[in-house]
Amino acid sequence: MYFFFLFSLLQFNYFEYVKSYDTPSDEGGSISLEWQIKEEFISEENPIKFFEIYRSEKKEGIFENVGFVLSQYNYYEDKGLKDNKDYYYQIWAIREKDTLKSEIIGPVISRAQWFNKNRFNVLVITIILFIVFLYYIEKARKGERLFIRKISGLDAIDDAVGRATEMGRPILFSFGLGFITDVVTIAALSILSKIAKKAAEYGTRLIIPNYDPIVMTAAQETVKEAYLEAGRPDLYREGDITYLTSDQFGYAAGCDGIIMREKPGAIFWQGYFFAESLILAETGHAVGAIQIAGTTAITQLPFFIAACDYTLIGEEMFAASCYLKPEPQMLGSLKGEDFLKAIILVILIISAIIATLSIVFKNFYFLNNLYELIKNIFTIK
Amino acid sequence: MILNIIGTWLAATLTLAIFSFLYKDNPFYKLAEHIYVGVSAGFWVIYVWAFDIKPMLIDRFLTTTGIEKWILLIPAILGVLMLTRWFPKTAWISRIPLSFTIGIGAGLGVTASIQGFLIPQIGATLLPLTTINNILLVIGVISTIIYFYFSKEFKGTWKFFSRLGIIFIMIAFGASFGYTVMARISLLIGRIYFLLHNFLNIIP
Repeated sequence: MYFFFLFSLLQFNYFEYVKSYDTPSDEGGSISLEWQIKEEFISEENPIKFFEIYRSEKKEGIFENVGFVLSQYNYYEDKGLKDNKDYYYQIWAIREKDTLKSEIIGPVISRAQWFNKNRFNVLVITIILFIVFLYYIEKARKGERLFIRKISGLDAIDDAVGRATEMGRPILFSFGLGFITDVVTIAALSILSKIAKKAAEYGTRLIIPNYDPIVMTAAQETVKEAYLEAGRPDLYREGDITYLTSDQFGYAAGCDGIIMREKPGAIFWQGYFFAESLILAETGHAVGAIQIAGTTAITQLPFFIAACDYTLIGEEMFAASCYLKPEPQMLGSLKGEDFLKAIILVILIISAIIATLSIVFKNFYFLNNLYELIKNIFTIK
Repeated sequence: MILNIIGTWLAATLTLAIFSFLYKDNPFYKLAEHIYVGVSAGFWVIYVWAFDIKPMLIDRFLTTTGIEKWILLIPAILGVLMLTRWFPKTAWISRIPLSFTIGIGAGLGVTASIQGFLIPQIGATLLPLTTINNILLVIGVISTIIYFYFSKEFKGTWKFFSRLGIIFIMIAFGASFGYTVMARISLLIGRIYFLLHNFLNIIP
């Protein structure tokens, strides 16, 4: 008994400290552990190889190994736990010749936090963004004239629809592989609405093969409404807005087949595209269709620029929605976006000057601190 | 063994049928295309059932208890409402789950964009102008932002920077184009290797 007590005392003294706590600013299910081995137990003859982490639900229960970290680390995050439940931990330092065990620590419980303190900067920037947007939307509502510069690809929409009509060919519109939760698909729906309205006015057939069934449903609703607005609900054909497949190249093969057989006079590639973009645009080019693309997929934009007549690059697609449907909400949000871009420009220029000066005048700690502060604001932890 | 041979022949025939599109649209391509579209659509139906509906809705509904169990009814009901599109009189009901999904997409998109793109990209551009790389990067970002400024007409200095911006954009696209073409060529090489090695067995 006495020996056991002495052994236990010795066992507790290997570690400087061992801490366990609920991981802060998380969605729960996680406990963090920190430890520090005492200096006298760190030696080159018997180095620590790694640390093993043991966990139990009871202090006297069986501890099971839940993970390990290499010797240079003294932090471990135990994930996949149940919230509001007691857990006990023990750290084992596995050395070349022996093992040092920490005291048993706990109970500790994990909980979900409502607020992630690490993302405070995201909250502040989002609030600023909303205030700016609401301010400009309100301004637009009051009737203030807000200027939007000409976007060349958009003016070509009317020409493309007109050309397809003159040639007696249909129009093909594709959302690519985007889902309805993608902002770019939502922007593409606004563009589709304009195209559908024009197609209805000219009595031109509009074909929309889809990759996602929900996008297909949204497209059907948009086109139906546009046909109603144009006063031609009789021309609306639900069968032309179909689901093809949710396989990337299956969709590309299906679209290519439709293009070759239907020979559309105008093709609109608006949405999110991946590796199939060039296959689609090349087929469109082969049938002599006028093609207008628009995507935020940076890797696919070069292919559209090479193979299509007009391309809406990234944010031009979002601006397109406002340009085509100049409603106060749309115009206001675009104006707000531009205002934020101006702020970003100012921040970039000022921080570049401060950063450069802080390197040139190294003794000016104020400049260094200011630069660090700006950098911290724009860092996601 | 025999199944492997059949599989190789089938894959090679379908590959050649798809390649035949390079000449022009033809019945072989049409056959391959319809098989591909049909099989992949069928595959996704099974995939959605096996990896979404069954484990995430039915199995969880049967195994969980309390609020977690009943909260599953919300996506289930929204899913069922989508099926009302089959009946013209009730088709309007499908707009409820649709607007729900679009709303979630737009809402999540705001924070995701700020957190995932806006802040990290600004952070990565806060650089001292002490190297050629940094100078190019900062000027490139500033001029590109100016190009995407929509509420001001491009005139004078503004026009100069917007043109500079589009030059930077096109250089980046050119590099991306070349890089991706290289990757596509390796895919083509893989397919030709399959035909010459697995199918025709004329190269080792």
